[in-house]
Amino acid sequence: MTYVEYKQLNPFQRFAHNFKKFIVSIPNALARFFKTIGRGIVNFFKAIGKGFKNYGVTFTKGDWATKLSYLIFGIGDIHKGKYYKGILYFLSEVFYILYMVFFGWTFLSKFDTLGTVKTREVIDPGQIIARKVYGDNSMLILLYSVLSIVITVIIFAIYISNIKDAYRHQIMRANGQKPTSLKTDAKEFLDGKYHVTLLSFPVLMIGIFNVLPLIFMILIAFTSYDKTHLPPGTLFTWVGFDNFSSLFDVVNNSKKATTFLELTKWTLLWAVIATFTNYILGMVVALMINKKGIKFKGLWRTLFVIAIAVPQFVSLLLMNQMLQSNGAINVLLSHLTGSNVEIQWLNSSVFMARATVVIVNLWVGIPYTILSMSGILMNIPEDLYESARIDGASPFKTFTKITLPYMIFVTTPQLITQFVGNINNFNVIYLLTGGGPSTENFYQAGYTDILVTWLFNLTIGSQDYGLAAAIGILVFIVCATLSLIIYNNSKSMKDEEAFS
Amino acid sequence: MIKSYKFRRHLANGLIYLLLAVLGIIWISPFVYLVLHSFRAEGLIAVPYLIPHEWTFQNYIDLFTGSGGTASINFPRWFLNTFVVACFSCVISTISVLAVSYTFSRLRFKARKKFMNVGMILGMFPGFMTMIAIYYLLKAMGLTQTLVALVICYSCGAGLGFQISKGFFDTIPRALDEAATIDGATKNQIFWKIILPMSKPIVVYTVLTSFIGPWTDFILAKIIMGDSLDNYTVAIGLQKMLANDFINTYYKQFLAGSVVVALPITILFLKMQKYYVEGVTAGGVKG
Repeated sequence: MTYVEYKQLNPFQRFAHNFKKFIVSIPNALARFFKTIGRGIVNFFKAIGKGFKNYGVTFTKGDWATKLSYLIFGIGDIHKGKYYKGILYFLSEVFYILYMVFFGWTFLSKFDTLGTVKTREVIDPGQIIARKVYGDNSMLILLYSVLSIVITVIIFAIYISNIKDAYRHQIMRANGQKPTSLKTDAKEFLDGKYHVTLLSFPVLMIGIFNVLPLIFMILIAFTSYDKTHLPPGTLFTWVGFDNFSSLFDVVNNSKKATTFLELTKWTLLWAVIATFTNYILGMVVALMINKKGIKFKGLWRTLFVIAIAVPQFVSLLLMNQMLQSNGAINVLLSHLTGSNVEIQWLNSSVFMARATVVIVNLWVGIPYTILSMSGILMNIPEDLYESARIDGASPFKTFTKITLPYMIFVTTPQLITQFVGNINNFNVIYLLTGGGPSTENFYQAGYTDILVTWLFNLTIGSQDYGLAAAIGILVFIVCATLSLIIYNNSKSMKDEEAFS
Repeated sequence: MIKSYKFRRHLANGLIYLLLAVLGIIWISPFVYLVLHSFRAEGLIAVPYLIPHEWTFQNYIDLFTGSGGTASINFPRWFLNTFVVACFSCVISTISVLAVSYTFSRLRFKARKKFMNVGMILGMFPGFMTMIAIYYLLKAMGLTQTLVALVICYSCGAGLGFQISKGFFDTIPRALDEAATIDGATKNQIFWKIILPMSKPIVVYTVLTSFIGPWTDFILAKIIMGDSLDNYTVAIGLQKMLANDFINTYYKQFLAGSVVVALPITILFLKMQKYYVEGVTAGGVKG
């Protein structure tokens, strides 16, 4: 379609046209996305191959100290006079060997079975009451195995850098250069290598308390860890994709599969409705507040911002109390209608509960939209409006031709972020309805539960850790795919340096 | 013609005022209810009217002295716990966030893009998927049911939230850095002496958000603290007051406690609203 043809369409046709274009572009975006991932993997293996080549080449060219560094960390550096670094390398090897011999290996050796010695009860001679003798603890075996593997990867990186460093110093000596002193190196960490200094602490923290647990939980999804396999009393073991297949086992009509299907539908429906209602109504309110000629802008905005400022758990717990059958909302309605109103907002019909959640979510979410939209509205270049006015455009026309397109253009990435946020919107569901109205048809879930609250129930309530981890992975895949597509296509990523 | 146009504009504005007033009342009334009923003297949980009949400060006094209830509910203790946790995690988080954002915004090194992508992907896992693992990790360290564990949990992932402040740092002209480098400044000096003083809004924003975090989170705190009531934070404490055994005695104290927690946070938030908008738009408009 040419530009002229496009301009001749009416707004609805234009919308249909754009919508079609968007739908058609999805496969392409997906293809590009997977291509990027594929290229990343290929590059990764290429890098490894190159690494191995360098590893061999360095060995043949190295002198005796460099060659010895392949076995004992840091020898090369010490031989060339770079004492502190060599000693650090050496100590890291000593630490690793001690760790593995006295701690890591006892767990890592059982990684394939996750333990075989069961806990049993023993009656000692002369005693009447049985004594528990604990066997293997699958949980600890898995946890410390993951820790050992991570440490091994780190040590391997140190090992490679030790060899590189040894070879670098060998070449420096051959060229008649002296190794840099500790003082110069320390100074370098405040300038050229400042990123190492700044990142080391956060990366360490994230590594221990985000990455490590994450690897652990991903592995848990492939085990039989649940309430009948609960360490230290009983063992659990690898079960492959059983947890995933039990979620998709629609053929046998199993309870878990039904629950998963129904909750997925509701989660997506919820995310779509919650996102769009918040977005559209929030934009309407923001436009009203920011309209020219409206006074007390600060006051109006503050009224809404208070709803953000009050901690969510306070406002949602309060709402929960107000929506009880004898709560404030029904009292208010009774006063207004003059009759005794006792509406069961949250625990009678499914539709009522879901509608209530969506409406309360409006109350929670619109202020956020207003706040971010107000900022953007103020940023629309004033000269656009001025030239439109000079050309004789009506206020309605300026709105549809300038304000609206600008807002939609700027806020689309936000829309997606909010969509992902709503898929993960734990607080509203959990604090408001607790998942109710409850039902026997679902496995450990109620009608308003979304996937993440179900995940929470499964971990905290029924201790189905394996199943919960599997759900977590599936939710992650959906969210991550969505976010990555948007992120890679967004302008801020492409010209990151536009402002510097 | 002109008159009718003016009239129409006035009518439209009047309608908007009316609508805004109605919406404002809807948005604010739950909090008015909260404040009013925290001063209510009579009744236990719900009452069939909206304005309390008798007024009293007793709910606040009970809340802070612990009189008129069981010893297991100890609000002053919870308040202090939360304050201590908030202070420590605020310092650690702020340092991490600013360090990470400066690194990604200003320093160029080989793995920069990779680090940023990994950081973004890590942020996309449902947060409480790892809760159980973190719980066992802390248990292995002997830290469960302690405040140290909470500080660790609230501040360890902070570095992943670098996007907004990185967006802000990106808008500071790079020419400043270059000029400083020519004058012989190191990257360290540029960070402390040029970038930080110019980024007051985002520093304030980071400090306040990380200070507020512990007051509002309750899932993680609940899992880590379990039944150790002495180490509760206000969030789980207040939720505890609504448990079936407690709600009859503590409903009004819950309202009072909510006001005590919400008031300072609301004031802080209104103060930093400006910075929030600046931060979000600085990072967002480009998007």
